[in-house]
Amino acid sequence: MLNKNIYLILIISLIFAISFWIGFNVNLLPTEASINAPIYDELFKILFIIGLIIFIGMTIAVIYSLFRFRKRNDQIGDGIALEGNLSLEIVWTIIPSIIVLLIGLYSYNIYDRMGGMKELNHNHEMMSSNSEKIWAGISQTSDNEIAINNLSIEVSAMQFAFLFNYPKGNFISGELHVPVDQKISMKMESKDVIHAFWVPEFRIKQDIIPGQPTILNFTPTKVGKYPIICAELCGPYHGGMRASIIVEEESDYNEWFNKNKKPEVNL
Amino acid sequence: MTISIDPQKTNNESLQPKGWLRYLSFSLDHKVIGIQYLVCGFLFYLIGGTLASAIRIELASPMSDFMPRDVYNQVLTLHGTIMIFLWIVPVVNGAFGNYLIPFYVGARDMAFPRLNAVAFWLIPPSGLMLVASYFVEGAAQAGWTAYPPLSITTPQSGQIIWILSVLLLGGSSIFGGINFIATIIKLRRPGLKLMQLPMYCWAMLGTSLLVVLSTPVLAGTLILLSFDIIANTGFFNPVLGGNVVVYQHLFWFYSHPAVYIMVLPAFGLVSEILPVHARKPLFGYTTMVFSIMGIVVLGLVVWAHHMFTSGTPPWMRLFFTIATAFIAVPTGIKFFNWVATLWGGKISINSAMLFSCGFIINFVFGGITGVALAQVPFDIHVHDTYFVVAHFHYIVYGGTVFIIFSSIYHWFSKVTGKMLDEKLGILHFIITFIGFNLCFAPQHWLGLNGMPRRVAEYDPQFQFVNQISSLGALLMAISTIPFLINVFLSLRNGKDAGDNPWNALTPEWLTSSPPPVENWEGEAPLVEEPYGYGKEISERK
Repeated sequence: MLNKNIYLILIISLIFAISFWIGFNVNLLPTEASINAPIYDELFKILFIIGLIIFIGMTIAVIYSLFRFRKRNDQIGDGIALEGNLSLEIVWTIIPSIIVLLIGLYSYNIYDRMGGMKELNHNHEMMSSNSEKIWAGISQTSDNEIAINNLSIEVSAMQFAFLFNYPKGNFISGELHVPVDQKISMKMESKDVIHAFWVPEFRIKQDIIPGQPTILNFTPTKVGKYPIICAELCGPYHGGMRASIIVEEESDYNEWFNKNKKPEVNL
Repeated sequence: MTISIDPQKTNNESLQPKGWLRYLSFSLDHKVIGIQYLVCGFLFYLIGGTLASAIRIELASPMSDFMPRDVYNQVLTLHGTIMIFLWIVPVVNGAFGNYLIPFYVGARDMAFPRLNAVAFWLIPPSGLMLVASYFVEGAAQAGWTAYPPLSITTPQSGQIIWILSVLLLGGSSIFGGINFIATIIKLRRPGLKLMQLPMYCWAMLGTSLLVVLSTPVLAGTLILLSFDIIANTGFFNPVLGGNVVVYQHLFWFYSHPAVYIMVLPAFGLVSEILPVHARKPLFGYTTMVFSIMGIVVLGLVVWAHHMFTSGTPPWMRLFFTIATAFIAVPTGIKFFNWVATLWGGKISINSAMLFSCGFIINFVFGGITGVALAQVPFDIHVHDTYFVVAHFHYIVYGGTVFIIFSSIYHWFSKVTGKMLDEKLGILHFIITFIGFNLCFAPQHWLGLNGMPRRVAEYDPQFQFVNQISSLGALLMAISTIPFLINVFLSLRNGKDAGDNPWNALTPEWLTSSPPPVENWEGEAPLVEEPYGYGKEISERK
């Protein structure tokens, strides 16, 4: 009996070791290019490791049972008449409940760190005209931090393109240019059907909904060019609905901004 | 004379065709209706599978070059709709439910045989109508979710035919659900207690409650959507002040429980198959019953986890995260109990057992990615990507379809009196298992790295992984060949099975194979211990 337990402990430790090794050494995610990304990847790693432990454990249990308890040719009759075991049932009700609860609390913490739980400012002029109700995506900025500056961008989506309006520069661009390490806030609206704004390297996504503006805030951390992908089926050319976000040093961004800037027209 | 036969019914039966022709008739026999559901479902599975192959051919290259883009969207819409509403839901509920439930409760037929036949005969016309809509003006192309405003702005005829077809199929499903509830509650033979029923009855009771509670919501929603399309109303049309997010809430109020309508019956079927081939009682009967009912209750309050990026308030996201993740607890209990059922058994390694074990492994994997997807911050990155596609195929194909095949290997001899060939069966399992995992496992990586779902073209850096996935799809297509050969050869000259080739204890095996019209010669046996394996016959009650 003691021997059996030692084997069991050995196998369980081995499963843990393999899962942790894979969890820490196999990278399944793209580059981290925003403040959200490392937070997301931390959650991913934890879920990946827990998932591996459960999956490898269950798979080994099934395959081992098939080999160990297979019916040999000379055997007749049935297996043991074991109909249940209350303490085992209690164990595998309580342990998963605790794991699920801990994962839930932890992911709440992650979501909060991403800024998901922040209430949005409803009376902010730039962000909402008086009566409209705005739904938030992830917002990393608190109310006071959203300033009317040249980093407030209005996104309009239509079949099958994104347009980026820079109200402070009075111009519209097909490419999204943003300076690195600064908070960007976007108000997004759709002209026709539902679209979604997704930048895999930023780990953010928000649907763009007709008749219901949404807000998405993020802070890019790495200079480079990343794809903006529409993630919601929007028609025949859905797969081709892509744009680029160009994250650049502040000086490069200002140069680009000033080049495109148009004087305000007073009517 | 111990058999009491309703004279009116006998009269009807004598008028009905005999032999294989009765499968094309308006038969009232639950066994005939069960087979009608199964064969009809399988034919639609072949159509849906052909559409899936077309999708994987298109995705073998990063450009949209195999079919026109709007046709691609029609293909993916039809693939989803056919696989869900015409293959999985009718087969795990209608086919096995109709065949087995009357045996399990000790009845001679379902509670409402005519309603039962109507429920089946709604399926072929609505399925054919759906497929035929392709030839009218193009089929629906807004995905099986039919989100407005896309579903309002795409060509109308296809979308309207899609709505009509899904309404009819939903009606069929509700008729079936009412029938199952009535049969299980009211038609039990005297002396048979609820807690003595085989587990599949409990699974069907839970599933039917979900069907009856949630399908009418889908029906109402689709009727409103059709008003928006043909009568220019503004329930969901933002141009007229409608709200598109409301549609999503209503749609997922049905369509998330629909996942449990597809997997709970499979949970029931595997609970019948494992004890027979492991020669052991089902482990933890009582907790299994409570976990089914737990899944039913939780399944009704998790729908908004499909909408984490749709613009939902933070508190709502939090609630649906916790509720969704908690479904893992009753589901986990079932999986631990199944492994405990295998433990210490005398396991026959045959096709039915292999498909069931394949189901456990695949479903555990899909369940783990499901718990991850329930977490809002996790979901925000992978929502609407191939990660989600991979996740739900692990649940509905790796889970339910594996169990459908397992069940066919298990009950074929009961229905036909012939055995299926085991060598071909094991070959079928190996190709399906490898093909399935090759097709869907790489898709998790695709989703994490930036490939959205429902696209005909994608970033060329994903080509290699997509080709691996397409190769897996090819294997899955090939795997149906040994299965079909097996079925036809065994029907023709299969080994005689006898009445109870597995020495099983559940009531359907206590009659001849194939069973007589009235299910038993004489009175229905009272089976108080359907899982009494390992006990001496004298010990069994």
